[in-house]
Amino acid sequence: MSTPFVESVLAGAILSGTPVLFATLGEVVEERSGIVNLGMEGIMLIGAVVGFASTVHSGQAAVGLLAGAAAGAAMNMLFAYMVITQRANQLATGLAMMFGGVGLSALIGADYIGSRIGGLNPVPVPFLSALPWLGPLFRADVLVYLAVPTAVGVWWLLFRTRWGLDVRAVGENPTAAFAAGVSPMRVQYQALFLAGFLGGLAGAHLSVGIAKTWAEWMTAGRGFIAVALVIFSRWHPLRAIVGALIFGGAIALQLQLQARGAPVSPFLLDMLPYLLSLVVLLVWGGIRRHAAPASLGRVFQGSE
Amino acid sequence: MAEPAAPAIRLTSPSGAHVRAAGLFALAFVLFGGVLLAAGKNPLQAYADILTGTLLNPYGLSEVVVKMIPLLLTALAVAIPSRIWLINIGGEGQLYAGALAATWAAAAVAAQPAVIALPVVAASGFLGGALWAGVPGWLRMRGWVSETISTLLLNYVGILLVSFLVFGPWKDPGSANYPQSAEFAAAARLPSLFGTRIHLGLLVAIAGLILYHLVMTRTRWGLEMRAIGGNREAARRCGIPVETYVLVLMLIGGGLAGLAGMAEVSAIQGRLRPSLSPGYGYVGFLISWMAGGSAFGMVAAAFLVAVIAAGGDILQMSHRLPGSAVNILMALMLFVVLARRGKGGGS
Repeated sequence: MSTPFVESVLAGAILSGTPVLFATLGEVVEERSGIVNLGMEGIMLIGAVVGFASTVHSGQAAVGLLAGAAAGAAMNMLFAYMVITQRANQLATGLAMMFGGVGLSALIGADYIGSRIGGLNPVPVPFLSALPWLGPLFRADVLVYLAVPTAVGVWWLLFRTRWGLDVRAVGENPTAAFAAGVSPMRVQYQALFLAGFLGGLAGAHLSVGIAKTWAEWMTAGRGFIAVALVIFSRWHPLRAIVGALIFGGAIALQLQLQARGAPVSPFLLDMLPYLLSLVVLLVWGGIRRHAAPASLGRVFQGSE
Repeated sequence: MAEPAAPAIRLTSPSGAHVRAAGLFALAFVLFGGVLLAAGKNPLQAYADILTGTLLNPYGLSEVVVKMIPLLLTALAVAIPSRIWLINIGGEGQLYAGALAATWAAAAVAAQPAVIALPVVAASGFLGGALWAGVPGWLRMRGWVSETISTLLLNYVGILLVSFLVFGPWKDPGSANYPQSAEFAAAARLPSLFGTRIHLGLLVAIAGLILYHLVMTRTRWGLEMRAIGGNREAARRCGIPVETYVLVLMLIGGGLAGLAGMAEVSAIQGRLRPSLSPGYGYVGFLISWMAGGSAFGMVAAAFLVAVIAAGGDILQMSHRLPGSAVNILMALMLFVVLARRGKGGGS
């Protein structure tokens, strides 16, 4: 109650938005390479539980975050093997990954329910953290500071490097990319590794950085939000920042409204990211003209 | 453990592959056995407990059938539009929308006798689900938004809408802190069969499967749907109203998922609750996909999944494992099926 309303909502929006932004960026990279992953929820959960358990054992939040990210990447390599090498249906495999991630994380996490960790501590920026209004933004943890730079980094990677060009070429037209000397499979594996790493990091931030505890299915649909926000941001890493802020804002606003006893249903606010994504799709009009990678969801068959 | 697995494969794969397929299913069980072992449990004991708890006693078997009902309906909700390559990932939201509409109707007809109340409740459930799938169907028909994305997004809206209602305006003042609607009047409860929790929804699901099979194989509609599924542009030039099919098939599919939701509130729960479904809509998608849209395959796959789901409750109670741990087995099972189908060229 001591901090003013706007400050709390802003800081809360950025904190809640951070893991969702990392996951959304992962999904952007993945979908740019032509693969849609509905299993991001499962990746995040594995990242969250492995990150938390590693933090408990090592006592180091940094170790936990890295372990969570690595676990997410490993999990996504299983997905990659299924959809790239085995050419399995991406939507069905993604849903199976979601269920598998829920189950595996519950099993691993059963022994860690109730464990306490120091977790990831805020690092206040001198001087800036004392500013009125914006002060709380500079009393955050490292991953929060890294969120926007990561979005810029992903943008740079996708749109300013040779590798990014290859990823987008494979996502638009794998046959043409193959003819131009790019191996679609190798590029997709690389893209999915990065996506899994970001998704795992997102989950680990949730358990190690924000909640500082493990609970079954603690992502509570954030993996699916990430999939929706990719659409909202029209497959662009920088617009994903806006999407993540809207999601985080809805969460923070409802927490603050509840704390102040305002009679606004949190469930209606929770609908915002989904409805806005749908509206964006409508406004930008049409299956044909929106910015989805042209080969999204298809399987490249033509390399042999 | 191979008995339930065998029919699922025989009906959905080219001949000559059964042995390899059964081997892959066995592999899924062995892998999950390894997971159980790693968790410090005896896998053989666990499998034996699942078997005796689900298939070898009448109550267990009836609970498997209870779980199959919504799975069959949500699988049909995916399979029907998929005949013309529409991808409906919105079964979960359509289920919730159907439950919501049924609850609203049940309150409206509470004073009527069952002969009036039940058809109204059922029709409302169908309409609620149909509306939830009809919006994506209409958007797709106009060529505005891909139905894959819009059905996925509307899942959450549907689930959240139910939560909003049962935490807010529809909350039963008599049930203290529990977020749930008032109890259905007896006349609006779907009757149960054989003195178990199996309910009339079973007959609806079976009728739906038979109709689906007959329509696809014996009617002009089925022929036209296969034509659209084969080559949409060619079908359009033959004068088949492709756009009408897009909308109608989405409406029917959503309606069936809505019926699943209606049956869950009206027969099983008796009230609208926020945790209405443990993901039946998504699992239905996977079942339809495992079965390749075949009606018999869907029955076999739904049976297998229902046994695994019921097994989860048993592992939770007698082995103190998290109830969702059994999802690992389901995922492994799906992986082996999906990998095989992928190689076969389906994507």
